[in-house]
Amino acid sequence: MQNDRLIIAGRELTSRLWVGTGKYKDFTETKKAIEASGADVVTVAVRRVNITDRSKENLLDYLDPKKYTILPNTAGCYNVEDAVRYARLARAAGVSDLIKLEVLGDERTLFPDTVGLLEAAKILVKEGFIVLPYTNDDPIVAQKLVDIGCPAVMPLAAPIGSGLGIRNPYNLKIIMEMVRVPIIVDAGVGTASDAALAMELGADAVLMNTAIAGAQDPIAMAEAMKYAVYAGRLAYKAGRIPRKLYATASSPIEGML
Amino acid sequence: MAEAIWIQVNGEQRGCRADATVGDLLRELAIKTERVAVELNLEIMDRKDFDHRSLKQGDRVEILSFIGGGASADVQGKGRGFVHAE
Repeated sequence: MQNDRLIIAGRELTSRLWVGTGKYKDFTETKKAIEASGADVVTVAVRRVNITDRSKENLLDYLDPKKYTILPNTAGCYNVEDAVRYARLARAAGVSDLIKLEVLGDERTLFPDTVGLLEAAKILVKEGFIVLPYTNDDPIVAQKLVDIGCPAVMPLAAPIGSGLGIRNPYNLKIIMEMVRVPIIVDAGVGTASDAALAMELGADAVLMNTAIAGAQDPIAMAEAMKYAVYAGRLAYKAGRIPRKLYATASSPIEGML
Repeated sequence: MAEAIWIQVNGEQRGCRADATVGDLLRELAIKTERVAVELNLEIMDRKDFDHRSLKQGDRVEILSFIGGGASADVQGKGRGFVHAE
């Protein structure tokens, strides 16, 4: 597993667990959870600076951009124009050309608006962004995103923050077989077994936030997720046995009385 | 003493000196220029122009930075009203 590196748009990443930085109690907890998770890609959102209370600390004072790959997102954008605007602002704020592109279609499900997503991806790829799109578990849309120039795709496991786990493993499997770029399963993971399953299916990485930040002990859950992703990846590489309806004895009959 | 003008910063009215630059405004607000993005009248500014662009009456300035966030439902705070309530 030592040479099992994930490479996206020429960037070599060591961890296959990516984490969000929302919903934590404070920045100290955020930092501790990220350290426990072993993640080296962390997502952040772009928002107005609080100009009335400047005592508020900056998240990036806690996350060294030299140590982590900071992946800004366009969270909260419900149309192409907003998503493109936020992506440009994220780049102007000066970390890199990386953007986790979200164009949402509906407030209740937070499902991606894949039509808007394709349109926004086209614009941003043309502007030189490295676009990692948050998409539905739809293989055709995933392929179209790759055709546009996205160096990875991020299909959901279940609605954001739902903790429902992998709702459609067969579609995810089809995406993994069809699409020739890294697949990062994003959103909907609830606990360690969900993350392990995503990796066993062949995902290249898993991105999560709520499953860790919302756990009763976020730091312990972050550690659990680290091992789950690692175990799932090992199992995938090892090649599982096929499922069979009937038993196959594992002890020899020879030598029995 | 230079004449005062009114500008809008992150949605709030604010008075400032007529000859102040964007860079002066950021310094006055104690905002470090690295890791912020500034949008002036909907145009994203190049960081190296902060000290050269003077503010004008009625300018709308947006100053943005990175906050904790995973995906949409995970974002802390309400931002500009786009964010889904938990």
